[in-house]
Amino acid sequence: MNEARIPDRHYLNADFSVWSWFFTTDHKRIAILYLISITLFFFVGGAAAVLFRLELMTPPGDLVISETYNKLFTMHGVIMVWFFLIPSIPAVMGNFLLPMMVGARDVAFPRLNLLSWYVFMVGGVFTITVMVTGGVDTGWTFYTPYSSTYANTHVMTTAVGIFIVGFSSILTGINFIVTTHTMRAPGLTWFRLPLFVWAQYATSLVMVLATPVLAITLALIAVERGLGVGIFDPALGGDPVLFQHLFWFYSHPAVYIMLLPAMGVVSELITSFSRKRIFGYSFIAFSSVAIAIFGFLVWGHHMFVSGQSMYAGMVFSFMSMLVAIPSAIKVFNWTATLYKGSISWDTPMMYALGFIGLFTLGGLTGVFLATLAVDVHVHDTYFVVAHFHYIMVGGAVMGYMGGLHFWWPKMTGRMYPEGWGRFAAIIIFVGFNLTFFPQFVLGYLGMPRRYHVYPEEFQVLNVMSSAGASILGVGYLIPLGYMIWSLRYGKVAGPNCWGAKGLEWQTPSPPPTHNFEQTPVVTEEAYDYSIPEASPG
Amino acid sequence: MEPQFRLFPEQASVEAQRVDVLYLFQLGVGVFFTALICLVIFYFAIKYRRGAKVDRSNPPKKNIPLEVVWTVIPLALTMVMFGWGARLFFDSQRPPLGADEIYVVGKQWMWKVQHPEGKSEINELHIPVGRPVKLKLISEDVIHSFYVPEFRVKTDVLPGRYSTIWLNPTKTGRFHLFCAEYCGTDHSKMIGHVYVMEPAEYSKWLAGTIDQPPHVAGELLFERFRCNTCHRDTPDARCPSLRGLFGRQVALADGSNVIADEKYLRESIVNPNSKIVQGYKPLMPTYQGQLNEQGILQIIAYIQSLEQTQEPPAPAATEDRQPPTETND
Repeated sequence: MNEARIPDRHYLNADFSVWSWFFTTDHKRIAILYLISITLFFFVGGAAAVLFRLELMTPPGDLVISETYNKLFTMHGVIMVWFFLIPSIPAVMGNFLLPMMVGARDVAFPRLNLLSWYVFMVGGVFTITVMVTGGVDTGWTFYTPYSSTYANTHVMTTAVGIFIVGFSSILTGINFIVTTHTMRAPGLTWFRLPLFVWAQYATSLVMVLATPVLAITLALIAVERGLGVGIFDPALGGDPVLFQHLFWFYSHPAVYIMLLPAMGVVSELITSFSRKRIFGYSFIAFSSVAIAIFGFLVWGHHMFVSGQSMYAGMVFSFMSMLVAIPSAIKVFNWTATLYKGSISWDTPMMYALGFIGLFTLGGLTGVFLATLAVDVHVHDTYFVVAHFHYIMVGGAVMGYMGGLHFWWPKMTGRMYPEGWGRFAAIIIFVGFNLTFFPQFVLGYLGMPRRYHVYPEEFQVLNVMSSAGASILGVGYLIPLGYMIWSLRYGKVAGPNCWGAKGLEWQTPSPPPTHNFEQTPVVTEEAYDYSIPEASPG
Repeated sequence: MEPQFRLFPEQASVEAQRVDVLYLFQLGVGVFFTALICLVIFYFAIKYRRGAKVDRSNPPKKNIPLEVVWTVIPLALTMVMFGWGARLFFDSQRPPLGADEIYVVGKQWMWKVQHPEGKSEINELHIPVGRPVKLKLISEDVIHSFYVPEFRVKTDVLPGRYSTIWLNPTKTGRFHLFCAEYCGTDHSKMIGHVYVMEPAEYSKWLAGTIDQPPHVAGELLFERFRCNTCHRDTPDARCPSLRGLFGRQVALADGSNVIADEKYLRESIVNPNSKIVQGYKPLMPTYQGQLNEQGILQIIAYIQSLEQTQEPPAPAATEDRQPPTETND
C-alpha cells in the first residue's frame, strides 16, 4: 500500500470553477461546504467563550460590562448549539458518508441538499452578523417574559435567524430518512447497515419532528414582541412557563440531535480500531431509536423548580431515569467490543475512547440532575453547565473530532500527521477536563450560571476552569493547523488506510463524483472483521 | 463568614443534610461506574493491543444474559435514585404546620422582603434558627429564582403567580441568597444574604422595627383605593363582604366553587371579572398597574386579618393551604 496514489479524477478536481462549488449537488462537496462553514462558526463561538472565561478569572466584572458579558454567553450558546453542534456530524459526515455507506451515488434529493446549505448560510450569516454587531442578551434559552417583553437587545432578528436555520435541519433530516429507506444497495438490509446510519436515521427523525416546534415557539415570541399579543407575558394575560414547555419540547430532543450522531461515529471507530464486530449490534441500534423516542418525553426535567406541578416533576424525573438506560447499554456494548479485539491507539480511537469516558461522566451527572431533590439544589448552577458540556463537548465534539480524523483521508485522499493528531487529542482531553470538572464542584457549592460577577470564594475553581479553557483552545487550533497542512503535504492515504470495513472504504480516496463505479452488492453484515487483515501501510 | 475556598458547601438546613446523603450516594455510584468503565477499557486496550500475542479465538458477537444484567442493574439503581429523590422533593413541598409567612417580591434586580410583624428589608432576609419559615414569592417583572445554596433549596419566582418555599434552618450564620434564573443585565448582582439568628436575637431584631405590618399597610391601601365603598359588611353592599373570607369556599356565579386563597384574591384584584361571586354583578374595575405586587400582598394580608365574626369557616384546609382561622397578629 506504500505506493498508494491519488486517483486522477475525483470529486474534488472534477471541476475547479467557483461556480462548480456553489451550484454543486454532489453530497460530498456539500459536506465540504458545511465543513468550512461550521468550522468558521465554531471559532467565532469559541472566541466568545475565550472572552468570558478571561472575564471570569476574577470575581468582579472588570474586563467587560455586564451587558457585554451577557451578550457573550448568549452568542456562545446560540452559535455552538444551532450553528455548530446541530449541523456538525449530520451535515458534514452524514452528508459525506451516508450515501456511500448505503452504497448510493448521492442522497435522495441532491438539490434539496444544496438548498439546505444555502438556508443554513442565510440563517447563520444573518444571526452572527446580528449578534456580533448588535448582540442579544437573553441566553440561548430565550426565557420569557424577559425575551418577549423586557430585553432591549436584538431578540427579534436573532430569532428570525434561528427560525431560518431550522429549515435546513428539517431538509437534511428528510433527505437522510428518504435516502436510508430507498437507496440502500442490493443486499444491504436494515440490520446490515453500519450503526452510523442507524444513528443518523434516528437523529433525522428527531430533526423532522422537533424542529417545527422551535419554529412555532420563536414565531410566538415574535408575535408577542412585535404585536403585543399576550402569550407568555402574564401582564398581557399569558403564561411564561408555557414558553419553557415549548422550548424544551424542542431543545431536549435537540440534545440528542447533537449526541446520537456522535454515538454513531464512535460505533464505527471502536469496531475499526479493534478490528472486531460490534458487540450487541441490535442493542446499540435499538438504543439509538429508544433514545430518540424517550428524548421527546423528558422535557419537563428542565423545569422542576419552574412552578410546574409536583406530580409532573415526578413523571418527568421517572422518564428521565429511563432515558439513561439505553445510554448505559451503549457504553457497556462498546466496552465489550474491545474484548478479544486487535486494538490500535490511532488518533480517532483516542477520541473514541475519550468519548466513552467523558460521556459516561456526563451521563451519570445527568442522572443526578434527573433526581428531583438533587436538581432543586443544582438546577441553574455550574453543575448543569459542566454536565451539558460533558455531553456536548466531551460527547458530541469528541465524536466529531474522532470522525473527522477517521474519514479525513477519505475526504481528502491524504493522511493527517499521526503524531500531531495524538498530541492534540491528549491536549484536548486534558484541557477539557480541567475546564469543566471544576465546574461540577462550583455548581454543588452553589455558584449560579450566567453570573458576570461572583463571590470571592469561587475564584480558585474559576481560575482552574479558565486555565483549562486556554489549553482546550490551543487543542482545537492544532488540528486546524495540521489538517490544512495535510491537504498538500500529508501522506497519500490510499482507498482504505485503516483496513476498515464499510462501503465507503471500497472506493478510491478521494472518491469519484459518483462514488462507486458499480453499485456494490452487500453479502455480509456490518463490521465483519472475522479475518483480521495485515496492518496497513 | 469569611470567604474561603471550599469543595463542599455548608449544611445549614434540614434539606441540606437530606439532599447531601442522596448526593453522596449518587457520587459513590458514579465514581464506581466511571472507574469500572475506564479500568475495563484500559485493561482491554492494553491486553488486546495490536501485535500482542493473546488468545483472540471465538470473539463473542453478543451475549443476551450479559445485556440483561447491564440493563437491569442500571435500571434498579436509577429507580432507587428516582424514588429517593422524589420522596425528599415531596417532603420539601409539604407545609410544616404553623410556619411564619414572609413575603418576598423579586424585581430587576433586587429582593424585597416583608415580615408579617412589619419589618421589611432589601436583599437581606433575617430568620430564626430551628423553626420552619414559609416564604410566599412573586415577581414584579421577569422570572427570577430564589436560591440559598447552604439550604439546598430553590424556587423560581414568577410574575403573576405565587410560589411557596419552606426554609428549615438548623444553623445560625450568614448564607448566600442568589437569583438563579437569568433575569437581565444585573442578574449576577441580584444577590444578598440570609441571616439565621437565635430566636431571642431574632425577636429583638423584629422588635427594633418602626415599619408598618403588611396588614396595616393593606388596610390603608384598602381605604385609599376606596375598596370599602363596595366591599362592606352591610347586607345591601354591592360587593361581597371580605370578612372571614380567606381560606373559605366561595360559590361562583357559574355554579363552581373556589377556595379563597392568595391566588384567587390576587386574580380578583388584577382581573376581577374572571370569577364572579354568586349573587353579585361584575362591577369591579381592574387594579392591574395601579397596585404593585407588594401592595397586592399587603391587601391580601389585610383580608387575611379580617376575622369572621360568628359562624366558623366551612371547609378543612386542603393541600398546601393553611388553616383559614390563622391570622398574622
